[in-house]
Amino acid sequence: MNTLFYISSAIAVFATLKVITNKVAIHALLYLIASLLSVAVVLFILGAPFIAALEVIIYAGAIMVLFVFVVMMLNLGKETILDESNMLTKKMFMGPSVISLLLLAEIVYLLIQQSIVPLTMKMIAPAEVGQLLFTKYLLVVELGAFLLMSGIVGAYHLGEKEKLVHHRFLKTGKDIA
Amino acid sequence: MSIGIEQGMLLAAILFLTGLTGLLVRRDVIFMLMSVEIMLNAAGLAFIIAGSRWGQADGQVMFLFILTMAATEVSVGLALIIQLFMKFKSVDTNKANTMNG
Repeated sequence: MNTLFYISSAIAVFATLKVITNKVAIHALLYLIASLLSVAVVLFILGAPFIAALEVIIYAGAIMVLFVFVVMMLNLGKETILDESNMLTKKMFMGPSVISLLLLAEIVYLLIQQSIVPLTMKMIAPAEVGQLLFTKYLLVVELGAFLLMSGIVGAYHLGEKEKLVHHRFLKTGKDIA
Repeated sequence: MSIGIEQGMLLAAILFLTGLTGLLVRRDVIFMLMSVEIMLNAAGLAFIIAGSRWGQADGQVMFLFILTMAATEVSVGLALIIQLFMKFKSVDTNKANTMNG
């Protein structure tokens, strides 16, 4: 189990680094899918099989496919890649990397301060999650439903093309002025 | 020797900070949205690790809510990206620095 955890964590970190340094959007997306799948393995090892399945089905299966569809629909050409390679210099990476490494060093320092606590690694069954979800967190589930509904409406509203006919008497928008 | 809470939290922190670096470095909106996804996923991983520490299901419930939020955010974000692309013919955020409509 330990070896599996370390191997999949290494794959996750490597793939995520490839995501943020890649110039081609579709390659970065495929690396992100690999990263999510290895995180799913980590979740399975940590005793969350239900969440691991959801990570594969919803994150890697639904959300990333949406990304792939949009990238294919936009059909970004060579200019975008050229723009990105002009932006992605070592100098650009300097500042954010330094900030991130400082934060990471702080977290590592805090983690080595305290005594080692082993994880229980107890398998938590989906039934347990479901029971908690619909008793203690019922209100939050309803809020999540609101959020999804507003997301659907917002995506539909933003995604539609500009209307050619504003009113049946005003055929184009120019007539209003 | 079993996996301690440090290793798991370290993985979550590395993934989160990688996402943060990507968000700060990249100028392409699609990449920025992907970095946000990485960060949300790392936060969810931290919840699962904390749940595994105590042997409770609460962490997994929180992951479900993060998943819901990520799905909503991506759908609205991608619709906004399509609008941006239709307006500026580019996904570069530097080209979208004017506020005229």
